[in-house]
Amino acid sequence: MRLPDPHEDFLRFYRRLRLAGLGAALLLLALLGRFIWLQLIHFDRYHALAENNRIALVPAVPSRGVVYDRFGAVLAQNYSANTLEVTPDKAGDLDATLDRLATIIPIEAADRKRFKRLLAESKNFESLPIRLRLTEVEVARFAVNRFRFPGVEVRARLFRQYPFGESLAHVLGYIGRVNEKDLDALRASGQEANYRGSDHIGRLGVERSYEPWLHGRTGLEKVEVDASGRAVRTLSRTPPMAGHNLYLHLDSALQRVAQDSFGELRGALVALDPRNGGVLALVSRPGFDPNLFVDGIDPSHWHALNDSPDRPLVNRALRGVYPPGSTLKPFMALAGLETGARGPADSISDPGFFALPGSSHRYRDWKKDGHGVVDLKRSIIVSCDTYYYGLAHKMGIERMAAFLAQFGFGRKSGVDLDGELAGLLPTPEWKRKRFKQPWWPGETVIAGIGQGYTLTTPMQLAAATMAIANDGVIYKPQLIRAWTDPASGRTAYAAPQVLGRIPLRPEHLRLVKEAMMAVTQPGGTAAQVGAGAPYLIAGKTGTAQVVGMKQNERYDPRRVGQRNRDHALFIAFAPADAPKIVVAVMVENGGHGGSTAGPIAREVMDYWLLGKRPGTAVSLPEAVAPQEEQEDSGSDEASSPPNPEAGPLPLGETENAD
Amino acid sequence: MPIKSRLRRLFGHLDPALAGLLALLLLLSTVVVYSATGGSPDRMLAHFVNLAVALCAMLLVSLLPPQRLMQFTLPIYLLGLLLLVGVAVAGDVVNGARRWLNLGVTRIQPSELMRLAVPMMLAWYLHHRQETLSRKDFAVAALLLLLPVGLILKQPDLGTALLISASGVFVLFLGGLSWRVIAAAMAALIVLAPLAWEFMLHDYQRQRVLTMLDPSSDPLGAGYHIIQATIAVGSGGLSGKGWMQGTQAHLDFLPERSTDFIFAVYSEEFGLIGNLFLLLLYAAIVWRGLQLTANAPSLFGRLLSASIVLTFFTYAFVNMGMVSGLLPVVGVPLPLVSYGGTSMVTVLLGFGMVMGVAANKRLVKT
Repeated sequence: MRLPDPHEDFLRFYRRLRLAGLGAALLLLALLGRFIWLQLIHFDRYHALAENNRIALVPAVPSRGVVYDRFGAVLAQNYSANTLEVTPDKAGDLDATLDRLATIIPIEAADRKRFKRLLAESKNFESLPIRLRLTEVEVARFAVNRFRFPGVEVRARLFRQYPFGESLAHVLGYIGRVNEKDLDALRASGQEANYRGSDHIGRLGVERSYEPWLHGRTGLEKVEVDASGRAVRTLSRTPPMAGHNLYLHLDSALQRVAQDSFGELRGALVALDPRNGGVLALVSRPGFDPNLFVDGIDPSHWHALNDSPDRPLVNRALRGVYPPGSTLKPFMALAGLETGARGPADSISDPGFFALPGSSHRYRDWKKDGHGVVDLKRSIIVSCDTYYYGLAHKMGIERMAAFLAQFGFGRKSGVDLDGELAGLLPTPEWKRKRFKQPWWPGETVIAGIGQGYTLTTPMQLAAATMAIANDGVIYKPQLIRAWTDPASGRTAYAAPQVLGRIPLRPEHLRLVKEAMMAVTQPGGTAAQVGAGAPYLIAGKTGTAQVVGMKQNERYDPRRVGQRNRDHALFIAFAPADAPKIVVAVMVENGGHGGSTAGPIAREVMDYWLLGKRPGTAVSLPEAVAPQEEQEDSGSDEASSPPNPEAGPLPLGETENAD
Repeated sequence: MPIKSRLRRLFGHLDPALAGLLALLLLLSTVVVYSATGGSPDRMLAHFVNLAVALCAMLLVSLLPPQRLMQFTLPIYLLGLLLLVGVAVAGDVVNGARRWLNLGVTRIQPSELMRLAVPMMLAWYLHHRQETLSRKDFAVAALLLLLPVGLILKQPDLGTALLISASGVFVLFLGGLSWRVIAAAMAALIVLAPLAWEFMLHDYQRQRVLTMLDPSSDPLGAGYHIIQATIAVGSGGLSGKGWMQGTQAHLDFLPERSTDFIFAVYSEEFGLIGNLFLLLLYAAIVWRGLQLTANAPSLFGRLLSASIVLTFFTYAFVNMGMVSGLLPVVGVPLPLVSYGGTSMVTVLLGFGMVMGVAANKRLVKT
């Protein structure tokens, strides 16, 4: 055993102490190296990470453009309100959270249903409204309990409101929450960034077709946030640019009158200003309340609307296709005159039916015993079918179709709303493609009175009628009349767009117009429509068959079901000598055009031309007419009408201002 | 003058150089704690109370001669052990760990007591056996170390267990444990480490190590602390963002920013230059501490002082390494900088002993 040597022990302690000191020094150097690595070599990276941590870019949502009617009545507007919102991925157990929320703030079953629906079509990190329009008391009550509800917040939001509700649903459409599909479309068009922070997007109607205008440009706010994402202060801000305010040609009062005159009837009405194509009224009955859709419609309302046999969601003015029936006759008459198939004085003797040569099949006139001797003018006044059976046969389907196409039949009118249908102007070629069958001569015969394959929308009928009223000039039907750029505050007017000028001889036009005027006079099919009117109305009635009649069967409205009754049609313009309004009315299952559709058109024209409200005395002394048109009289800002498909407005221009 | 001599008797045992360096460090701590707590008056007042208590403790202990310390050693160690057993049997569970003992009047964490009691005990034992030091004595000393460490590991408190182990290992190493045994122990450690990983560590401890190796694997959970701390340090750059200007610290991205992660606040606000200053300050304290140690008259004094100084350094290294992402997150405060009374009292008590031991030598000489 070794004897301990105190001196040796001490030296060993000393050596080892030095060793430890050396080790400590090396470790300090290691730390220094680490600090140099982090703070010098990789400074840029960590600096960027720290900045990312503290700076958040928050989109500043622009307020949506307001829509006005021609007299400045607000049709679609924004208002601010508090909503209670839940961010699902922060809230934990959703059902439990909602149950607890319901103990302090009333949450209806409908709220929950709507929330579930939104949840299904959104991403989890989005904040979704569970309750809208909180009262002050509710906001305060939640504020006190806020700590108990992570992921639940009260937020002030802009809401869209449609003061006219159902009356303008089919014109304005509505906005709905941005969903996955919208996002894909926005991504595809490079608009995604502009919708950061936007909850809503136009779904239908004006809201949709003018979406890029109404939406505006999203601003950007650079804010410093703390670790929980709460904004501490604003570092910089690019203000949002509000959407354009739109002014429509439409007169909301006229729209009301038109809507009310339908009563409980289903149908559609389009009123155009023949001088520029402006849409003065566009009605589709029944309608629906667009306000229901703004924050996600709840399923019970949705099913009620979607499953209703009356189909209130269908815009009948643009998407309802009906045989034009006898309303086609003035156009056929022009076709006969212009192609020389009929002279103005040519007359036929109507036995009450028409038969093709070598055939015993009888195409019946609506009047069993016929109208006797009928010339062109009388054929329109009494709506003689036999006259047009023969005319159609003589012209042949192809000439007929070629002539009628000039009036826009079989083609979209081009109105600035999405979803318009083109109707159908049949030709043998179309039939071959569609049915792989030849065209039969009998099909030409019934096409002459607007039956068979021919289909039109009320919008098309109105646009075609405008061509007669305008002596051949067709304007594109337009809802938009003017718009205000919020950046400059300047208002620009939409110039009327001429779609076509149909070469029609004045004497032919005069003849047809005179006939149409006589339609609303005693002896005409719509005599009651013109009764007592202090202005001249040119019109034409029509009846579109819903069910086909057998050879010897007579149509008896009392025997067919209500929904199989004929559709009533009426087209008109007035004052006939200097037209200011064109109206096309369709009443589903309304029977004869003169008795159901005609009076509706009359009420609309009375209001527009006389300022007369339905139900007031007929002879209103010096009735106040609505304000005259402005944009035709040399407005200096007239510019080409908006083309929503061309994408957003040239928003960059504001940056070049200096 | 009687007052002057009385003051000399009171403060005479303090080493002016070491005391000055410590004062500088405490001043720095006050500056950083102010920023980390956002200048909260309550917290600053508590900080000053902590400072006062810890400094008084240091002063009082520095007055004790080593002989008196040796007298206290065994009772303190046994008391600590007893309390640790008490914790194991009837301790309060806080955050899933059984670390606290409720004495009715107050709640204490006996492992804190062991931070000083263990090196004292080992130094005391080796001192008594120094005439006939054999491997058997080292084995006994190792047992004296492992007993409390095992109990603390069981709580579980890995950080404290490791650091107390370190303080004991320093005593054994400086006491002359042969290199052969050291090599054998290290070999055993390497073999046993995987087993310990598998059977002795708790899930959260394993997770901490794994997260340290790859913080991005769990950026919102366990990796969050490391990621945010590393960002704070790195974004400080050369000269820092300025006092009270750290965005990571003041926007709440840094967790535990006045305690375990205070170094991230300091680093972010004072940058590499500040870090260099802090490293030099720690180096100077360790240097001066080891100088005092080398001159201690007794083996007990030498071993105890050296262990205290080296453990102090270890704490600082582990904390800075952890905050800058070099080491896994173990709950270790930055000595004499972090906010918190217990750690401050323990560390300054230790330095009181170091100075007391050295002063005794000086007094004996003169």
